[in-house]
Amino acid sequence: MSQVKMTVNGKEMSGEAEGRTLLSQFLRETLGLTGTHVGCDTSQCGACVVHVDGVAVKSCTMLAMEADGADVATIEGQAAADGTLNALQQAFQDHHGLQCGFCTPGMIMSAADLLKTNPQPTEAEVRHHLEGNICRCTGYHNIVKAIMAASGQDVSSIAAE
Amino acid sequence: MPKDHGIGASPKRREDVRFLSGTGNYTDDIQINGQAYVHFLRSDIAHAKIRSIDTTAAAAMPGVVRIFTGADFEGIGGIPCGWQVTDRHGEPMQEPAHPVLAQGKVRYVGDQIAAVVADTIEQARDAAEAIDVDLEELPAVVDMKAALEESAPKVHDDLTSNLCYDWGFVEENKPAVDAAFEAAAHVTTLELRNNRLIANPMEPRVAIGDFNRATGDSTLYTTSQNPHVIRLLMGAFVLGIPEHKLRVVAPDVGGGFGTKIFHYAEEAFCTFAAKSLNRAVKWTSTRSEAFISDAHGRDHVTKIELALDADNNFTALRTDTHANMGAYLSTFAPSVPTWLHGTLMAGNYKTPLIYVNVKAVFTNTVPVDAYRGAGRPEATYQLERLIDKAALELGVDPIALRRQNFITEFPYATPVAVEYDTGDYHGTMDALECMADISGFEARRKESEARGKLRGFGVNCYIEACGIAPSNLVGQLGARAGLYESATVRVNATGGIVVMTGSHSHGQGHETSFPQVIAEMIGIDESMVEIEHGDTANTPMGMGTYGSRSIAVGGSAMVRATEKIIAKAKKIAAHLMEASEADIELKDGAFSVAGTDKSVAWGDVTLAAYVPHNYPLEDIEPGLEETAFYDPANFTYPSGAYACEVEVDPDTGKVTIEAFNAADDFGNIINPMIVDGQVHGGIGQGIGQALLENASYDENGQLLSASYMDYAMPRASDVPFFGVDHSSQTPCTHNPLGVKGCGEAGAIGSPPAVVNAVVDALRSGGHDVTHIDMPVSPSRVWQAMNG
Repeated sequence: MSQVKMTVNGKEMSGEAEGRTLLSQFLRETLGLTGTHVGCDTSQCGACVVHVDGVAVKSCTMLAMEADGADVATIEGQAAADGTLNALQQAFQDHHGLQCGFCTPGMIMSAADLLKTNPQPTEAEVRHHLEGNICRCTGYHNIVKAIMAASGQDVSSIAAE
Repeated sequence: MPKDHGIGASPKRREDVRFLSGTGNYTDDIQINGQAYVHFLRSDIAHAKIRSIDTTAAAAMPGVVRIFTGADFEGIGGIPCGWQVTDRHGEPMQEPAHPVLAQGKVRYVGDQIAAVVADTIEQARDAAEAIDVDLEELPAVVDMKAALEESAPKVHDDLTSNLCYDWGFVEENKPAVDAAFEAAAHVTTLELRNNRLIANPMEPRVAIGDFNRATGDSTLYTTSQNPHVIRLLMGAFVLGIPEHKLRVVAPDVGGGFGTKIFHYAEEAFCTFAAKSLNRAVKWTSTRSEAFISDAHGRDHVTKIELALDADNNFTALRTDTHANMGAYLSTFAPSVPTWLHGTLMAGNYKTPLIYVNVKAVFTNTVPVDAYRGAGRPEATYQLERLIDKAALELGVDPIALRRQNFITEFPYATPVAVEYDTGDYHGTMDALECMADISGFEARRKESEARGKLRGFGVNCYIEACGIAPSNLVGQLGARAGLYESATVRVNATGGIVVMTGSHSHGQGHETSFPQVIAEMIGIDESMVEIEHGDTANTPMGMGTYGSRSIAVGGSAMVRATEKIIAKAKKIAAHLMEASEADIELKDGAFSVAGTDKSVAWGDVTLAAYVPHNYPLEDIEPGLEETAFYDPANFTYPSGAYACEVEVDPDTGKVTIEAFNAADDFGNIINPMIVDGQVHGGIGQGIGQALLENASYDENGQLLSASYMDYAMPRASDVPFFGVDHSSQTPCTHNPLGVKGCGEAGAIGSPPAVVNAVVDALRSGGHDVTHIDMPVSPSRVWQAMNG
């Protein structure tokens, strides 16, 4: 076991990790940040996406030790301190972009990554970007719509709320 | 103008805030002080005799608390089956024992051989590798028809064969059905497979057993759609713990789709081990484990025949289905191919004579049970593919053939024992034709052809039976449970309300939609109503959420309890205003005396109930809390018409969904936004079944599609935006809300539309194709085109 330190959502945090401890496991079990979810063990589902030094990463594919000293952003840090949702989170609520909520943290973190580099993505670009995020509830309809709405695009012509 | 509150409005979901900010409380998020972890050693062989299990070396490894094997569960109940089907000869189905940990034999890849409990999950996994299991491999049987051959290896040595049951429905109709086929002007026959699927809710299953030595109480935290059902099944039939000493909690649950209905061995194990060890024991499934331990769905092989007269009226329908049960009977498995499938074979059509035969078969595969739609997608797929084939053979328009045979008068008693209360099949088809822009299709086809692509259009109808179910009826059909639902409505002194419901929300948004109903009934703001669900300690006994039953059955229970609340509150209001109870009216959250300007607010009445200084104590008790159990009079029958437009790349066989439109009749609708979302999700899963998903076994019983790298889940780029319409509304006549349920429609109604469209596309390219089995993968399409 070794001591691992990182900045998570702006706060210095640390804990013990084995060499094999995954970043997702470290966040959830050692730091108690259970908003990051684990939905598979082959790095397909994307429920565990976080940002490490500004880059979207599937935290199940990174060892906790690799993130030693890194700046990590998770779903818990996305809303304002008073709980006000950020624009992307709010768009997901406004457009019913989530049902069971399990894939949602990864969807939000992945979509935030897209909007950082492509502030007004097309439908096809959104769908392509979500290749690594599986949702079983929504048929993606309202997720894609929410992400486009969050980017300031008019989604009122897209069928059904 | 859409409503902004109450029934018919689309308020934003209140549960979203916690899910969007990472503060949900899913089962794996729960940590109990001192908890140990369990890892199950699962069989990697489909069928074998267990010669010996040596745990000596493993037990000595660091952190190991104890290793359990089947021997530890001798004399303890097995996992029960909740539905007994009677076969066509009046005999009960064959029902094998289902031990918590394997005893004597393993019967599928994934069967639990041993359970290692250790201080950390890593230690448990490490120790499991050190267990020495000596397995004598036996021939496995995977194919259902092969399993029924005389020489087939038997999955269960103590059963007479691998046949669970041979069910005929309605058996007495068979001679008349056969005679109608003899007399038919035309008979269309189709053989098809309803592909085996894996539900794959994104949250893998989790179970945490806990035990309090001081009180002797056990608690199970579990990813369940129906915690009360688990408490009863596990407590009474497996572990012998009475309900008052057992609490089952299903907190936030990350999707279910049926596979979290069932009582699983891991739940019983964790509860049992926690008591044995006096320490909490936690199991979190990996996704790889989920593929070989969550109950699978579908897996029917069917021959279906339709008889028509010279005017193209349907005169009879006959089916012969083999349904895979897997190695053991999961909780509701026997009911899926029978009562949830045979009773829907009439579909939307007035076929007067129907006979359904189903042979349920044991194989060396994961147990198969209900998955979104459960039996109804299988019925719809057969029937709606068959009608398209009949239209092709007869050279008639498939929509016209459907319309000609629609049921138009309600109530309608089908020849398969159910009575549809309401519906308007022409209405949903009209809505669909409008949405799908059929008149523009030929131009779109030409445009596709100009790009070297084939374009196809497919349509289908569906009917489903939701809101399961009248308890006395399902009891006659073999259910070992009642299927009512419950609600306790607790009004607090200051007027706020908590509803404790037996329904369970795992994505359906009950915390938002249920308050809409109460707000409408009382005329108060929705924010004054909270929903409690998922914990047997603070909710009345209820049967949970599946079969699109929550609003139809659970919502009705809530309405009944609220009616009792209002009746009592009116008595109190009458006393406060010194008026006759019969003159009291409730509107917009205030009680008034008819014909006067006297009025008391909701909060004044609720306060009087709890501070009964001026109160009719001689007539009624203080307090304002009521419970209702609602047992439905019938199923509900949502219906609809769906259309799919595809483009096929003739070079690769790849199918692209260009458009998908759905017109549904769900009766009255509480929250249109949530209803649309349910339909979207169902269509997503139906397209997954039609194009991508397949649980594939090799002949030795190895699951080849056992990860997300091999089992093709729909991604965002596999689907388009969907068109959804529910303007056609024929309210249910027998529940107080007039609702029908919407959770499964999308998954039931979409696969045949996709396959019908693909067949249409290929035929437009001159390929003489009449059917392709799902999933309609590029290789299957390419083979269909190129022989």
